[in-house]
Amino acid sequence: MAAWPNPTQVMGKPATRLDGPAKVTGSAKYSYDVQPDGWLFGMILCSKWPAATITKIDLTKAQGMPGVKAAVLAGGEQRTVRFYGQELAAVAATTKQQCLDAIRAIEITATPLPFVVKEDDAMKPDAPLVADGPNVSDPSVKAEGQVDAAMAAAAAVCEGELRTPVQLHHALETHGSTVSYKDNHLTAWTSTQGVFSVRDAFAGAMQMPQSNIEVICDYMGGGFGAKFGAGVHGGLAAKLSQAAGAPVKVMLTRLQEGLSAGNRPSSIQKIKFGADKDGKLVAATVENHGSPGISGSRKTAGGGGGANIATPYLYHFPNINVQQYGVLMNTGPASAFRAPGHPPASFGTESMMDELAVKLGMDPLQFRLLNDDNPVRQREYKEGAERFGWATKYQKPGSSPGPVKTGVGCAGGGWGGGGKGSEAEAQINPDGTVEVRCGTQDLGTGSRTLVAIVAAEAFGLKPEQIKVKIGDTNLPFSGGSGGSSTSASVSPAIWDACQNALAALQQQTGVPDARGANWFDTCKKLGINPLSARGKWQEGLSGSGAGGVNFAEVEVDTETGFIRIKKIVAVHDCGLIVNPLTTRSQINGGVLCGIGYALYEERIMDRQTGVLLNTSFDSYKIANIADCPDIDVILIDLPERGVIGIGEPAVIPPAGAIANAVANAIGVRIHSLPITPAKVLAALGKVPNMPSV
Amino acid sequence: MKPKTPASASALDRRSFLKGIGTSAVAVASVQVGAMADEINKAAPAPALQGPGAVPVSLTINGEKKDFQLEPRVTLLDALRYFSPLTGTKEVCDRATCGACSVLIDGKLTYSCMKLAIDAQGHEITTIEGLAKDGQLTPVQQAFIDCDALMCGFCTPGMVLATTALLAENPKPTVDDVKRACSGNLCRCGTYPHILNAALKASGQAVTETVTVIHHGSVA
Repeated sequence: MAAWPNPTQVMGKPATRLDGPAKVTGSAKYSYDVQPDGWLFGMILCSKWPAATITKIDLTKAQGMPGVKAAVLAGGEQRTVRFYGQELAAVAATTKQQCLDAIRAIEITATPLPFVVKEDDAMKPDAPLVADGPNVSDPSVKAEGQVDAAMAAAAAVCEGELRTPVQLHHALETHGSTVSYKDNHLTAWTSTQGVFSVRDAFAGAMQMPQSNIEVICDYMGGGFGAKFGAGVHGGLAAKLSQAAGAPVKVMLTRLQEGLSAGNRPSSIQKIKFGADKDGKLVAATVENHGSPGISGSRKTAGGGGGANIATPYLYHFPNINVQQYGVLMNTGPASAFRAPGHPPASFGTESMMDELAVKLGMDPLQFRLLNDDNPVRQREYKEGAERFGWATKYQKPGSSPGPVKTGVGCAGGGWGGGGKGSEAEAQINPDGTVEVRCGTQDLGTGSRTLVAIVAAEAFGLKPEQIKVKIGDTNLPFSGGSGGSSTSASVSPAIWDACQNALAALQQQTGVPDARGANWFDTCKKLGINPLSARGKWQEGLSGSGAGGVNFAEVEVDTETGFIRIKKIVAVHDCGLIVNPLTTRSQINGGVLCGIGYALYEERIMDRQTGVLLNTSFDSYKIANIADCPDIDVILIDLPERGVIGIGEPAVIPPAGAIANAVANAIGVRIHSLPITPAKVLAALGKVPNMPSV
Repeated sequence: MKPKTPASASALDRRSFLKGIGTSAVAVASVQVGAMADEINKAAPAPALQGPGAVPVSLTINGEKKDFQLEPRVTLLDALRYFSPLTGTKEVCDRATCGACSVLIDGKLTYSCMKLAIDAQGHEITTIEGLAKDGQLTPVQQAFIDCDALMCGFCTPGMVLATTALLAENPKPTVDDVKRACSGNLCRCGTYPHILNAALKASGQAVTETVTVIHHGSVA
């Protein structure tokens, strides 16, 4: 088995991003920015009905408008639409303004159908049917032991209904592609997490050979799980390009991004936990209903767009019954979202764990240490508690004096994070410059820089001396950047390619060790031909299974309901740390996305009209810099485990930790996310419960 | 840079503002109508109607005068991105909710999606491309790189400009000053802690990075 050097020289040291200068000067070209010669604007017309039978879509007027070069249908002219925002047609024109005019000129004849956009409504027996079958799926069941008997014998039992909202990805760069179709060849500049999966999707949509398609993603403005395919929008861009005979750019609008580009499914978790008198968990029942909108695949734990959550979570229950149901609604399809299925599971489970600890009269941290078998989290809880000052900060719920109450909470998470299958190529030039090529992509995680760090480690060079080429299907294969698998999949392939190149260099030049000080003189001996070598993922260089815990300290103003997060201590492991600087950034980002999930974010559909009410960032609130607490990051470096991803683990624990801290502050638990001031005041009995829209 | 306020641009704003007030004032107090009409007339004559077709528009971008033919409805953001093309200025919400399209107009941070290109005439427009002179990064840009205050980078141009505008007014900002100045710019990756560091570093202040790596040792 392959192994990393011990100690490493470059890996594990903070390195600034290779593409930092391009990003701070505006010269980085994102898919949104690419403007090939003769390019046209493309724009999509979406359904304004949450459900309707379309009998006619007339493009004639639009086609005759100034500047319009093509207009195409998204599906048949006669069809059923199932959600507000479903794509109907698209136009391409010379300017954005001409597209806006043309979109408005498309005439549609439709008969509205009954619809349902709220989980509770969709579950009613007389609810309008979203698809051919029932709205509520058959359950997926996990059952072990004798739950009823164990629950009856438990010393303490706790139950509650925990709810999480639909969360929207809202990457700053919307979904989209610029597509150039010519003579049965297609080039797409796509904002994507997987250039190869997008290539295959275009091949399917356009009935073209995969080898005639090139997908490029040099820079992309965030994905968070929702950007693996070409999308309906990509297919439309390709069709428009074919029809217009020119490259066409179709980027979703911010509104469309909230409608059709994916989302994290909701959950309604009816949870009951039981523990014995010593505090050991003995039994659990969980009944979860979650909605992936119109998505067909309802059973996967979030990753395939399904609504199932990763419960039972973290803890071992000898007696358990979990039943999970998918609920169809007339809303846009779900997709993977940063740690699919985990943040809701952590929030539900960790909320009930705190309730049970209180009932048992135990410290919630001690209760976790007693029941969490994972050795990494055990260590993280201990390190984190010491840094956070848990022993002195934890007080009984509701015991904080005065109108502004302080509370603390903790919660955990776990994630796979392994990866394999990447291939790479390293080229050494006679002048000593190095180019490393890999068909992965950088979502903003820093994978471009990671490639350089690994190559620099291999050659005894500095990361900035390595030229990195990624984000192109012409490069050696690498899979989609999902599941926090990129670092674990790519690093070994880069290392292997570089080792092979190094071996060839030493063989050709006869220099026993070309690295470091000998480098440039050795490379000169290559003469006029560069040397290149391929490599692929090797076992032993990466691992999987990352744990993480958060400690949160909050202040809750009991007169306004306003919550201020004072401090988050985030403790994580990711095996061998490749770049502590960008790893820290990943964890910051996970915490902030988790804060949004805990306090601010919720897709709100209107029951009466079936439309999305919070259409942009003024009403769909994500955390901003003023909401940013003091985030203290502790990384446990475990190099013997190899490289492991960290993007997703970081987003899992914050909501549970924050919810527990709020409950600890005010002495009452709020059972649904986001924890808004209105819910705080309602929980304190100061205002009535807000009715659902 | 001295703010310039040519009559056409400022009068349009003031005039439409007063008109708006005038209309609602009618409903509540008709006695004020006369006074309001006087005010409207004082606020310079209305500019000649332009459009809806393309009209000549001249913009000063990063110190260079550029001539365009633009429909009056074209925003400054679209003019920059699709008619210049200076794509460093990002389009994210197109509704003044995120700050990604920020530019400096006469040194003042402005959302370019909420400004018509035709109204930006006669002003000095600075985009992200105009900060570094001769390839030399500004202290703010360098601090963003050093502190890893960027991830996907899509909010970065707006964030860099917001920080630049802050430091021009307040060379030694506190953390709270930075939070206030940059709270009109959203980031989905979560770069905020590092942006706070970068703003402090660029202004010559000490930065404490609170990441602790605990090496080796048993996990049990």
